[in-house]
Amino acid sequence: MSEQESSSDERMSSEEEEEQQQKEEGFSYWNLKDVERGQLPPHIRKQGTRVYCKPDAPTNTETLQYSGSYASMGVDNSLRLDSFRENFRIKVIALDKDKMEFDMIGIDAAVANAFRRILISEVPTMAIEKVFIANNTSVIQDEVLAHRLGLIPIKVDPRLFEYLSANDTPNEKNTIVLKLHARCNRGQPRCSVYSQELKWLPNGSEFAKESEKPDSKPSTYTSFSCGQDSLPEFAGNPISTVEDIILAKLGPGQEIELEAHAVKGMGKTHAKWSPVGTAWYRMFPEVVLLENIKGEDAEELIRKCPSGVFDIEDTGNAKKKAIVADSRACTLCRECIRGDEEWEKRVALHRVKDHFIFTIESTGALPPEVLFTEAVKILEAKCERVITELS
Amino acid sequence: MEHGSVRDPSSATFCFVDEDHTLANSVRFALNQDPRVSFCGYSIPHPSDAKVNIRVQTTGDPAREVLKDACQNLMVMCQHVRSTLDKAVDDYRSNPTDMDTK
Repeated sequence: MSEQESSSDERMSSEEEEEQQQKEEGFSYWNLKDVERGQLPPHIRKQGTRVYCKPDAPTNTETLQYSGSYASMGVDNSLRLDSFRENFRIKVIALDKDKMEFDMIGIDAAVANAFRRILISEVPTMAIEKVFIANNTSVIQDEVLAHRLGLIPIKVDPRLFEYLSANDTPNEKNTIVLKLHARCNRGQPRCSVYSQELKWLPNGSEFAKESEKPDSKPSTYTSFSCGQDSLPEFAGNPISTVEDIILAKLGPGQEIELEAHAVKGMGKTHAKWSPVGTAWYRMFPEVVLLENIKGEDAEELIRKCPSGVFDIEDTGNAKKKAIVADSRACTLCRECIRGDEEWEKRVALHRVKDHFIFTIESTGALPPEVLFTEAVKILEAKCERVITELS
Repeated sequence: MEHGSVRDPSSATFCFVDEDHTLANSVRFALNQDPRVSFCGYSIPHPSDAKVNIRVQTTGDPAREVLKDACQNLMVMCQHVRSTLDKAVDDYRSNPTDMDTK
Protein backbone atom coordinates (compact mmCIF):
# COMPACT_ATOMS: atom_id res chain seq x y z
CA MET A 1 0.00 0.00 0.00
CA SER A 2 1.49 3.30 -1.04
CA GLU A 3 1.95 6.40 1.08
CA GLN A 4 -0.63 8.35 -0.85
CA GLU A 5 -3.53 6.11 0.00
CA SER A 6 -2.65 5.85 3.64
CA SER A 7 -3.16 9.57 4.15
CA SER A 8 -6.80 9.60 3.21
CA ASP A 9 -8.01 6.17 4.19
CA GLU A 10 -9.65 5.88 7.57
CA ARG A 11 -9.83 2.11 7.37
CA MET A 12 -6.08 2.03 7.17
CA SER A 13 -5.36 0.83 10.67
CA SER A 14 -7.05 -2.52 10.19
CA GLU A 15 -5.43 -2.93 6.78
CA GLU A 16 -2.05 -2.08 8.22
CA GLU A 17 -2.45 -4.79 10.78
CA GLU A 18 -3.34 -7.20 8.03
CA GLU A 19 -0.30 -6.18 6.05
CA GLN A 20 1.85 -6.72 9.08
CA GLN A 21 0.34 -10.14 9.52
CA GLN A 22 1.04 -10.95 5.87
CA LYS A 23 4.66 -9.97 6.25
CA GLU A 24 5.06 -12.31 9.16
CA GLU A 25 3.41 -15.24 7.40
CA GLY A 26 5.07 -14.59 4.05
CA PHE A 27 3.14 -13.22 1.09
CA SER A 28 0.53 -15.40 -0.51
CA TYR A 29 -2.28 -14.57 -2.88
CA TRP A 30 -4.59 -16.74 -0.80
CA ASN A 31 -4.20 -14.40 2.14
CA LEU A 32 -5.39 -11.40 0.16
CA LYS A 33 -8.76 -10.15 1.22
CA ASP A 34 -11.60 -10.28 -1.30
CA VAL A 35 -12.87 -6.98 -2.60
CA GLU A 36 -16.22 -6.48 -0.97
CA ARG A 37 -19.01 -6.66 -3.48
CA GLY A 38 -21.05 -3.52 -3.90
CA GLN A 39 -18.23 -1.36 -2.64
CA LEU A 40 -15.30 0.20 -4.42
CA PRO A 41 -11.83 -0.08 -2.93
CA PRO A 42 -10.74 3.36 -1.68
CA HIS A 43 -8.00 3.89 -4.25
CA ILE A 44 -10.40 3.21 -7.15
CA ARG A 45 -12.99 5.46 -5.60
CA LYS A 46 -10.37 8.17 -5.38
CA GLN A 47 -9.30 7.71 -8.99
CA GLY A 48 -12.89 8.26 -10.02
CA THR A 49 -13.35 11.48 -8.08
CA ARG A 50 -9.94 13.17 -8.23
CA VAL A 51 -7.58 14.40 -10.90
CA TYR A 52 -4.02 13.72 -9.75
CA CYS A 53 -1.77 16.66 -10.56
CA LYS A 54 1.74 15.29 -10.98
CA PRO A 55 4.76 17.55 -11.62
CA ASP A 56 4.90 16.72 -15.32
CA ALA A 57 1.23 16.19 -16.19
CA PRO A 58 -2.17 15.53 -14.64
CA THR A 59 -3.43 11.94 -14.57
CA ASN A 60 -6.89 10.41 -14.07
CA THR A 61 -8.47 13.30 -15.92
CA GLU A 62 -11.34 11.30 -17.42
CA THR A 63 -14.71 10.88 -15.75
CA LEU A 64 -16.22 7.42 -15.79
CA GLN A 65 -19.72 7.98 -17.02
CA TYR A 66 -20.63 4.51 -18.20
CA SER A 67 -23.13 2.83 -15.91
CA GLY A 68 -21.34 -0.50 -16.07
CA SER A 69 -17.84 0.84 -15.35
CA TYR A 70 -17.60 -1.02 -12.07
CA ALA A 71 -20.05 -3.83 -12.84
CA SER A 72 -17.44 -6.53 -12.17
CA MET A 73 -17.18 -5.25 -8.62
CA GLY A 74 -20.91 -5.24 -8.18
CA VAL A 75 -21.07 -1.45 -8.12
CA ASP A 76 -23.80 0.31 -10.04
CA ASN A 77 -22.47 3.49 -11.62
CA SER A 78 -25.78 4.48 -13.19
CA LEU A 79 -27.29 7.85 -12.46
CA ARG A 80 -30.20 7.87 -10.13
CA LEU A 81 -31.96 11.16 -10.02
CA ASP A 82 -32.76 10.92 -6.33
CA SER A 83 -29.09 10.46 -5.47
CA PHE A 84 -28.25 13.41 -7.71
CA ARG A 85 -30.87 15.48 -5.91
CA GLU A 86 -29.42 14.48 -2.58
CA ASN A 87 -25.80 15.26 -3.44
CA PHE A 88 -26.15 18.33 -5.63
CA ARG A 89 -25.35 21.59 -3.87
CA ILE A 90 -24.76 25.20 -4.82
CA LYS A 91 -23.02 27.68 -2.55
CA VAL A 92 -22.84 31.33 -3.52
CA ILE A 93 -19.43 32.75 -2.65
CA ALA A 94 -19.82 36.29 -3.97
CA LEU A 95 -22.63 38.06 -5.76
CA ASP A 96 -23.06 41.63 -6.89
CA LYS A 97 -24.80 43.30 -9.78
CA ASP A 98 -22.36 42.17 -12.44
CA LYS A 99 -20.22 39.40 -11.02
CA MET A 100 -21.01 36.14 -9.33
CA GLU A 101 -18.94 33.30 -7.99
CA PHE A 102 -20.47 30.09 -6.75
CA ASP A 103 -19.56 26.48 -6.01
CA MET A 104 -21.47 23.83 -7.88
CA ILE A 105 -20.98 20.43 -6.26
CA GLY A 106 -22.13 17.02 -7.45
CA ILE A 107 -22.52 17.54 -11.19
CA ASP A 108 -20.62 16.12 -14.15
CA ALA A 109 -18.25 18.25 -16.21
CA ALA A 110 -20.37 17.58 -19.32
CA VAL A 111 -23.32 19.45 -17.85
CA ALA A 112 -21.26 22.17 -16.16
CA ASN A 113 -19.54 22.79 -19.48
CA ALA A 114 -22.88 22.91 -21.28
CA PHE A 115 -23.97 25.71 -18.92
CA ARG A 116 -20.75 27.59 -19.56
CA ARG A 117 -21.02 27.24 -23.34
CA ILE A 118 -24.65 28.35 -23.33
CA LEU A 119 -23.84 31.38 -21.16
CA ILE A 120 -21.19 32.54 -23.61
CA SER A 121 -22.89 31.82 -26.91
CA GLU A 122 -26.60 31.14 -26.59
CA VAL A 123 -28.17 33.47 -24.04
CA PRO A 124 -29.64 36.32 -26.11
CA THR A 125 -29.10 40.05 -25.55
CA MET A 126 -29.73 43.25 -27.46
CA ALA A 127 -26.88 44.87 -29.41
CA ILE A 128 -26.56 47.52 -32.08
CA GLU A 129 -26.74 45.87 -35.49
CA LYS A 130 -27.45 48.71 -37.95
CA VAL A 131 -25.97 52.20 -37.84
CA PHE A 132 -27.30 54.96 -40.08
CA ILE A 133 -24.63 57.63 -40.29
CA ALA A 134 -25.92 61.05 -41.37
CA ASN A 135 -22.71 62.88 -40.74
CA ASN A 136 -19.28 61.84 -39.58
CA THR A 137 -16.44 64.29 -39.98
CA SER A 138 -14.36 62.81 -37.18
CA VAL A 139 -11.10 60.97 -37.84
CA ILE A 140 -12.66 57.63 -36.92
CA GLN A 141 -14.03 55.89 -40.01
CA ASP A 142 -17.72 55.02 -40.33
CA GLU A 143 -17.17 51.27 -40.24
CA VAL A 144 -14.85 51.43 -37.21
CA LEU A 145 -17.31 53.67 -35.39
CA ALA A 146 -20.16 51.28 -36.23
CA HIS A 147 -18.15 48.35 -34.91
CA ARG A 148 -17.42 50.19 -31.65
CA LEU A 149 -21.12 51.02 -31.27
CA GLY A 150 -22.02 47.37 -31.78
CA LEU A 151 -19.90 46.29 -28.83
CA ILE A 152 -21.62 48.62 -26.33
CA PRO A 153 -23.75 46.68 -23.84
CA ILE A 154 -27.34 47.90 -23.70
CA LYS A 155 -28.99 47.76 -20.29
CA VAL A 156 -32.31 46.19 -21.21
CA ASP A 157 -33.95 42.85 -20.55
CA PRO A 158 -33.78 40.95 -23.90
CA ARG A 159 -36.71 38.75 -22.87
CA LEU A 160 -39.01 41.69 -23.59
CA PHE A 161 -38.05 41.65 -27.26
CA GLU A 162 -38.51 39.39 -30.26
CA TYR A 163 -35.95 38.40 -32.86
CA LEU A 164 -35.93 40.47 -36.05
CA SER A 165 -35.92 38.04 -38.96
CA ALA A 166 -34.92 38.87 -42.52
CA ASN A 167 -38.43 39.67 -43.78
CA ASP A 168 -39.64 41.58 -40.70
CA THR A 169 -39.97 45.31 -40.60
CA PRO A 170 -38.34 46.90 -37.56
CA ASN A 171 -41.06 47.65 -35.01
CA GLU A 172 -41.37 48.47 -31.32
CA LYS A 173 -41.18 44.76 -30.37
CA ASN A 174 -37.88 43.95 -32.04
CA THR A 175 -35.81 47.12 -32.36
CA ILE A 176 -34.34 49.73 -30.05
CA VAL A 177 -33.37 53.00 -31.73
CA LEU A 178 -30.61 55.13 -30.25
CA LYS A 179 -29.48 58.51 -31.50
CA LEU A 180 -26.06 60.12 -31.23
CA HIS A 181 -25.38 63.71 -32.08
CA ALA A 182 -22.05 65.06 -30.88
CA ARG A 183 -20.17 68.11 -32.02
CA CYS A 184 -16.99 69.87 -31.03
CA ASN A 185 -17.36 73.59 -31.70
CA ARG A 186 -14.59 75.60 -33.28
CA GLY A 187 -12.36 77.26 -30.74
CA GLN A 188 -12.95 74.53 -28.20
CA PRO A 189 -10.38 71.93 -27.19
CA ARG A 190 -10.78 68.37 -28.48
CA CYS A 191 -13.54 66.42 -26.80
CA SER A 192 -14.45 62.77 -26.28
CA VAL A 193 -17.75 61.17 -27.22
CA TYR A 194 -18.98 58.81 -24.53
CA SER A 195 -21.54 56.01 -24.74
CA GLN A 196 -23.98 57.81 -22.44
CA GLU A 197 -24.47 60.40 -25.19
CA LEU A 198 -26.48 57.76 -27.06
CA LYS A 199 -30.09 58.79 -26.52
CA TRP A 200 -32.98 56.37 -26.67
CA LEU A 201 -35.68 57.20 -29.24
CA PRO A 202 -38.80 55.46 -27.93
CA ASN A 203 -40.78 56.45 -31.01
CA GLY A 204 -38.39 54.91 -33.48
CA SER A 205 -36.22 56.29 -36.22
CA GLU A 206 -36.29 59.99 -36.99
CA PHE A 207 -34.47 59.71 -40.32
CA ALA A 208 -36.76 59.95 -43.33
CA LYS A 209 -36.33 57.29 -45.99
CA GLU A 210 -35.66 58.48 -49.50
CA SER A 211 -38.67 57.45 -51.53
CA GLU A 212 -38.81 56.88 -55.26
CA LYS A 213 -42.22 58.44 -55.64
CA PRO A 214 -41.88 62.09 -54.64
CA ASP A 215 -45.54 62.51 -53.65
CA SER A 216 -45.69 59.50 -51.29
CA LYS A 217 -45.91 59.95 -47.55
CA PRO A 218 -42.48 60.30 -45.92
CA SER A 219 -41.55 57.15 -44.04
CA THR A 220 -38.70 56.39 -41.62
CA TYR A 221 -36.43 53.37 -41.21
CA THR A 222 -38.68 51.86 -38.56
CA SER A 223 -42.41 51.34 -38.33
CA PHE A 224 -43.37 51.65 -34.68
CA SER A 225 -47.09 51.36 -34.02
CA CYS A 226 -46.69 52.97 -30.60
CA GLY A 227 -43.95 54.57 -28.53
CA GLN A 228 -41.85 52.13 -26.50
CA ASP A 229 -42.11 54.48 -23.51
CA SER A 230 -45.87 53.87 -23.45
CA LEU A 231 -45.31 50.13 -22.93
CA PRO A 232 -45.67 49.20 -19.25
CA GLU A 233 -42.21 47.56 -19.01
CA PHE A 234 -40.36 50.71 -20.13
CA ALA A 235 -42.54 53.37 -18.55
CA GLY A 236 -40.37 55.18 -16.01
CA ASN A 237 -37.50 52.86 -16.92
CA PRO A 238 -35.77 54.34 -19.96
CA ILE A 239 -33.38 52.16 -21.97
CA SER A 240 -29.76 53.19 -21.62
CA THR A 241 -26.30 51.87 -22.38
CA VAL A 242 -23.35 51.17 -20.12
CA GLU A 243 -21.70 54.52 -19.41
CA ASP A 244 -18.16 55.86 -19.80
CA ILE A 245 -17.12 54.01 -22.93
CA ILE A 246 -15.24 56.32 -25.29
CA LEU A 247 -16.66 56.03 -28.82
CA ALA A 248 -14.65 58.67 -30.64
CA LYS A 249 -12.65 61.85 -30.15
CA LEU A 250 -13.64 65.02 -31.94
CA GLY A 251 -11.39 67.87 -32.97
CA PRO A 252 -12.70 71.45 -33.27
CA GLY A 253 -15.34 71.66 -35.99
CA GLN A 254 -15.89 67.89 -36.19
CA GLU A 255 -19.29 66.32 -35.79
CA ILE A 256 -20.97 62.92 -35.59
CA GLU A 257 -24.66 62.43 -36.22
CA LEU A 258 -26.08 58.96 -36.43
CA GLU A 259 -28.83 56.58 -35.51
CA ALA A 260 -28.16 53.08 -34.18
CA HIS A 261 -30.68 50.25 -34.34
CA ALA A 262 -30.24 47.50 -31.75
CA VAL A 263 -31.75 44.04 -32.25
CA LYS A 264 -31.84 40.78 -30.37
CA GLY A 265 -29.20 38.15 -31.11
CA MET A 266 -26.97 35.42 -29.74
CA GLY A 267 -23.25 35.25 -28.97
CA LYS A 268 -22.67 32.51 -31.53
CA THR A 269 -23.57 34.94 -34.33
CA HIS A 270 -21.31 37.68 -33.04
CA ALA A 271 -19.59 38.19 -29.68
CA LYS A 272 -21.34 41.56 -29.24
CA TRP A 273 -24.49 39.62 -28.30
CA SER A 274 -22.71 37.62 -25.62
CA PRO A 275 -24.25 38.54 -22.24
CA VAL A 276 -21.08 37.75 -20.32
CA GLY A 277 -17.63 39.31 -20.30
CA THR A 278 -16.69 35.75 -19.69
CA ALA A 279 -17.96 32.74 -17.78
CA TRP A 280 -15.61 30.07 -16.53
CA TYR A 281 -15.17 27.35 -13.99
CA ARG A 282 -12.28 25.56 -12.32
CA MET A 283 -12.27 22.32 -10.41
CA PHE A 284 -11.81 22.58 -6.68
CA PRO A 285 -8.12 22.16 -5.74
CA GLU A 286 -7.37 19.73 -2.95
CA VAL A 287 -3.96 19.88 -1.31
CA VAL A 288 -2.96 16.91 0.82
CA LEU A 289 0.11 16.66 3.04
CA LEU A 290 1.24 13.06 2.86
CA GLU A 291 3.50 13.27 5.88
CA ASN A 292 4.11 15.66 8.73
CA ILE A 293 6.27 18.51 7.51
CA LYS A 294 8.13 20.11 10.39
CA GLY A 295 10.69 22.79 11.17
CA GLU A 296 12.89 24.00 8.30
CA ASP A 297 10.92 22.00 5.73
CA ALA A 298 7.68 23.61 6.81
CA GLU A 299 9.16 27.05 6.31
CA GLU A 300 10.55 26.06 2.92
CA LEU A 301 7.11 24.83 1.86
CA ILE A 302 5.56 28.15 2.75
CA ARG A 303 8.27 29.98 0.80
CA LYS A 304 7.70 27.72 -2.22
CA CYS A 305 3.97 28.43 -2.50
CA PRO A 306 3.24 31.78 -4.23
CA SER A 307 -0.49 31.79 -3.45
CA GLY A 308 -0.34 31.22 0.29
CA VAL A 309 -1.99 27.82 0.55
CA PHE A 310 0.07 26.63 3.51
CA ASP A 311 0.47 27.93 7.01
CA ILE A 312 2.55 27.07 10.04
CA GLU A 313 1.05 25.71 13.19
CA ASP A 314 2.88 25.84 16.47
CA THR A 315 2.72 22.44 18.06
CA GLY A 316 4.25 23.63 21.32
CA ASN A 317 7.90 23.34 22.45
CA ALA A 318 8.76 25.83 19.68
CA LYS A 319 8.13 23.11 17.11
CA LYS A 320 6.54 24.06 13.84
CA LYS A 321 4.31 22.02 11.57
CA ALA A 322 2.97 22.87 8.10
CA ILE A 323 -0.78 22.74 7.56
CA VAL A 324 -3.02 23.38 4.58
CA ALA A 325 -4.74 26.64 5.46
CA ASP A 326 -6.49 27.59 2.24
CA SER A 327 -6.62 24.96 -0.49
CA ARG A 328 -9.06 27.08 -2.53
CA ALA A 329 -6.24 29.59 -3.14
CA CYS A 330 -4.18 26.91 -4.91
CA THR A 331 -3.70 27.80 -8.57
CA LEU A 332 -2.07 24.47 -9.29
CA CYS A 333 1.24 26.06 -10.21
CA ARG A 334 2.85 22.89 -8.78
CA GLU A 335 5.69 25.01 -7.42
CA CYS A 336 5.44 23.05 -4.15
CA ILE A 337 6.21 19.68 -5.79
CA ARG A 338 8.74 20.96 -8.29
CA GLY A 339 12.50 20.57 -7.97
CA ASP A 340 13.58 18.06 -5.38
CA GLU A 341 11.85 14.71 -5.81
CA GLU A 342 11.39 14.50 -2.06
CA TRP A 343 8.57 17.01 -2.22
CA GLU A 344 6.50 14.82 -4.51
CA LYS A 345 6.28 12.34 -1.66
CA ARG A 346 5.29 14.98 0.86
CA VAL A 347 2.59 16.94 -0.94
CA ALA A 348 -0.14 15.68 -3.26
CA LEU A 349 -2.21 18.00 -5.44
CA HIS A 350 -5.62 16.85 -6.54
CA ARG A 351 -8.64 18.39 -8.16
CA VAL A 352 -12.12 17.31 -7.19
CA LYS A 353 -13.86 16.22 -10.38
CA ASP A 354 -17.40 17.11 -9.42
CA HIS A 355 -16.82 20.36 -7.55
CA PHE A 356 -16.78 23.41 -9.79
CA ILE A 357 -15.94 26.98 -8.83
CA PHE A 358 -18.06 28.79 -11.38
CA THR A 359 -17.62 32.50 -12.14
CA ILE A 360 -19.90 34.63 -14.28
CA GLU A 361 -19.14 38.22 -15.28
CA SER A 362 -22.16 39.94 -16.75
CA THR A 363 -21.83 42.80 -19.24
CA GLY A 364 -24.78 44.61 -17.70
CA ALA A 365 -27.94 43.54 -19.53
CA LEU A 366 -29.03 41.02 -16.90
CA PRO A 367 -27.70 40.22 -13.42
CA PRO A 368 -25.43 37.13 -13.36
CA GLU A 369 -27.77 34.88 -11.37
CA VAL A 370 -30.54 35.53 -13.91
CA LEU A 371 -28.12 34.74 -16.74
CA PHE A 372 -27.32 31.36 -15.21
CA THR A 373 -31.00 30.57 -14.74
CA GLU A 374 -31.60 31.51 -18.39
CA ALA A 375 -28.73 29.25 -19.49
CA VAL A 376 -30.19 26.30 -17.61
CA LYS A 377 -33.60 27.00 -19.16
CA ILE A 378 -32.02 26.99 -22.63
CA LEU A 379 -30.50 23.54 -22.02
CA GLU A 380 -33.92 22.37 -20.87
CA ALA A 381 -35.50 23.77 -24.02
CA LYS A 382 -32.95 21.89 -26.14
CA CYS A 383 -33.89 18.61 -24.43
CA GLU A 384 -37.55 19.44 -24.85
CA ARG A 385 -36.98 19.96 -28.57
CA VAL A 386 -35.32 16.56 -28.95
CA ILE A 387 -38.15 14.87 -27.06
CA THR A 388 -40.85 16.47 -29.19
CA GLU A 389 -38.99 15.67 -32.41
CA LEU A 390 -38.66 12.01 -31.40
CA SER A 391 -42.28 11.67 -30.32
CA MET B 1 -33.77 12.74 -37.60
CA GLU B 2 -33.16 9.04 -36.97
CA HIS B 3 -31.12 6.61 -39.04
CA GLY B 4 -31.72 3.07 -37.90
CA SER B 5 -32.83 -0.25 -39.25
CA VAL B 6 -36.47 -1.26 -39.40
CA ARG B 7 -35.80 -4.71 -38.02
CA ASP B 8 -33.60 -3.76 -35.08
CA PRO B 9 -34.79 -0.71 -33.16
CA SER B 10 -32.19 -1.24 -30.44
CA SER B 11 -29.45 0.63 -32.27
CA ALA B 12 -29.78 3.88 -34.15
CA THR B 13 -27.96 7.08 -35.05
CA PHE B 14 -29.74 10.34 -34.41
CA CYS B 15 -28.84 13.51 -36.23
CA PHE B 16 -29.49 16.78 -34.39
CA VAL B 17 -29.48 19.83 -36.62
CA ASP B 18 -28.40 23.23 -35.20
CA GLU B 19 -26.81 21.63 -32.16
CA ASP B 20 -23.21 21.25 -31.01
CA HIS B 21 -21.12 19.81 -28.17
CA THR B 22 -23.31 21.68 -25.67
CA LEU B 23 -26.26 19.35 -26.08
CA ALA B 24 -24.51 16.32 -27.55
CA ASN B 25 -22.01 15.91 -24.72
CA SER B 26 -24.68 16.40 -22.05
CA VAL B 27 -26.96 13.87 -23.72
CA ARG B 28 -24.08 11.43 -24.09
CA PHE B 29 -23.44 11.82 -20.36
CA ALA B 30 -27.08 11.13 -19.54
CA LEU B 31 -27.21 8.14 -21.91
CA ASN B 32 -24.04 6.60 -20.51
CA GLN B 33 -25.51 6.56 -17.04
CA ASP B 34 -28.49 4.55 -18.23
CA PRO B 35 -27.93 0.82 -17.61
CA ARG B 36 -29.93 -0.07 -20.73
CA VAL B 37 -27.31 1.52 -22.96
CA SER B 38 -24.53 -0.74 -24.24
CA PHE B 39 -22.84 1.89 -26.36
CA CYS B 40 -23.25 5.57 -27.10
CA GLY B 41 -21.16 8.33 -28.52
CA TYR B 42 -21.40 11.42 -30.64
CA SER B 43 -19.52 13.07 -33.45
CA ILE B 44 -19.61 16.28 -35.41
CA PRO B 45 -18.98 15.12 -38.98
CA HIS B 46 -17.75 18.46 -40.21
CA PRO B 47 -16.96 21.58 -38.17
CA SER B 48 -18.70 23.92 -40.58
CA ASP B 49 -21.99 21.99 -40.59
CA ALA B 50 -24.16 22.74 -37.58
CA LYS B 51 -25.13 19.16 -36.87
CA VAL B 52 -24.19 16.25 -34.61
CA ASN B 53 -24.67 12.52 -34.91
CA ILE B 54 -25.49 10.62 -31.74
CA ARG B 55 -25.11 6.85 -31.83
CA VAL B 56 -27.15 4.85 -29.34
CA GLN B 57 -26.99 1.06 -28.96
CA THR B 58 -29.02 -0.59 -26.26
CA THR B 59 -29.32 -4.02 -24.71
CA GLY B 60 -32.76 -4.46 -26.27
CA ASP B 61 -34.99 -1.47 -25.60
CA PRO B 62 -35.75 0.84 -28.53
CA ALA B 63 -32.93 3.38 -28.86
CA ARG B 64 -35.43 6.15 -29.50
CA GLU B 65 -37.15 5.60 -26.15
CA VAL B 66 -33.84 5.41 -24.30
CA LEU B 67 -32.72 8.68 -25.87
CA LYS B 68 -36.01 10.30 -24.91
CA ASP B 69 -35.57 9.12 -21.32
CA ALA B 70 -32.02 10.50 -21.26
CA CYS B 71 -33.30 13.91 -22.37
CA GLN B 72 -36.04 13.71 -19.77
CA ASN B 73 -33.46 12.94 -17.07
CA LEU B 74 -31.35 15.86 -18.21
CA MET B 75 -34.38 18.15 -18.00
CA VAL B 76 -35.15 17.01 -14.48
CA MET B 77 -31.52 17.65 -13.53
CA CYS B 78 -31.71 21.15 -15.01
CA GLN B 79 -34.87 21.92 -13.07
CA HIS B 80 -33.20 20.79 -9.89
CA VAL B 81 -30.12 22.93 -10.65
CA ARG B 82 -32.37 25.94 -11.16
CA SER B 83 -34.30 25.54 -7.94
CA THR B 84 -31.08 24.89 -5.99
CA LEU B 85 -29.51 28.04 -7.42
CA ASP B 86 -32.55 30.15 -6.56
CA LYS B 87 -32.40 28.86 -3.02
CA ALA B 88 -28.63 29.44 -2.74
CA VAL B 89 -29.02 33.02 -3.99
CA ASP B 90 -31.82 33.69 -1.50
CA ASP B 91 -29.69 32.24 1.30
CA TYR B 92 -26.78 34.44 0.27
CA ARG B 93 -28.93 37.57 0.09
CA SER B 94 -30.44 36.97 3.52
CA ASN B 95 -27.07 36.27 5.11
CA PRO B 96 -24.07 37.06 2.92
CA THR B 97 -21.44 36.78 5.65
CA ASP B 98 -22.42 33.38 6.95
CA MET B 99 -20.89 31.43 4.08
CA ASP B 100 -18.06 29.06 4.69
CA THR B 101 -16.11 28.46 1.53
CA LYS B 102 -14.64 25.16 2.50
